[in-house]
Amino acid sequence: MIIEYIIPRLDFSAAGKASTDMKHRLTQLGLPPALIKRVAIAMYEAEMNIAIHGDGGRAEIEISKDGITTCFIDHGPGIPDIELAMQEGYSTASEEIRDMGFGAGMGLPNMKKNADELIIQSELNKGTTVQMHFRLPAGEP
Amino acid sequence: MRATEIAQIINAEIIVGKEIAYDLDVETACGSDLMSDVIAFVKERVALLSGLTNPQVLRTADLMDIRLIIFVRGKKPSEEMIQMAREQGIVLMRTHDTMFVACGKLYQAGIKGDS
Ligand SMILES: Nc1ncnc2c1ncn2[C@@H]1O[C@H](COP(=O)(O)OP(=O)(O)OP(=O)(O)O)[C@@H](O)[C@H]1O
Ligand SMILES: [Mg+2]
Repeated sequence: MIIEYIIPRLDFSAAGKASTDMKHRLTQLGLPPALIKRVAIAMYEAEMNIAIHGDGGRAEIEISKDGITTCFIDHGPGIPDIELAMQEGYSTASEEIRDMGFGAGMGLPNMKKNADELIIQSELNKGTTVQMHFRLPAGEP
Repeated sequence: MRATEIAQIINAEIIVGKEIAYDLDVETACGSDLMSDVIAFVKERVALLSGLTNPQVLRTADLMDIRLIIFVRGKKPSEEMIQMAREQGIVLMRTHDTMFVACGKLYQAGIKGDS
């Protein structure tokens, strides 16, 4: 099953809807709450990054017997130094964005902590793709 | 500590969830205006104190299983946020205390940090 979400740019009332919706879907599938929480947290951070830094984009989520794979794609400015961006506390968020509650520089570290795998690909002025994988516990659908 | 006792300590008005506040028990709290910090550091079920009033606070609370949000400095949540809180079963309160003062009063009353 593949589910797609559009993530608008800088829309703070829409941003976060993909992760909320996914949380409900995964709950309906009867997956373990701890796994659902990890997926929802990581997706939320990825979603906010696309809305705030990536000029908007989209998410593709695939649920299969191998687990949950989420792919966040934008055609924004790209990340010049991924290693630096991954550091806790590193943020380029503006004062306005901080006033909205973002820019702690904890989003990417939160994704890394919650996903079983995180792959970031980025090209300057072309965009960024963030892929995360979550394994299902043995025996789940 | 019951959420209703918390409201008394910081002179807070309960905006949403009056009917569930009495039975809501909170032992720890976190004060922050940066949502990713909340996500990074909250482990237990806590009360979240924040000066931020946008829907992202409720989304973060939902993600982290936070059942009580306290707005400091007299900040008022929007109608949209009130509606979201009702749907999510979250208690919303508002105090005129600043973040520092509200956290200080609660800490003194025995509410602990979450780490
Ligand atoms: N999709 C993206 N496009 C361009 N730059 C990005 C993207 N995602 C992240 N970045 C860059 O990486 C930095 C770190 O991201 P991270 O999510 O860790 O922190 P933040 O978004 O700045 O703050 P927080 O997530 O804590 O609110 C960002 O400040 C930004 O410079
Ligand atoms: Mg971020």
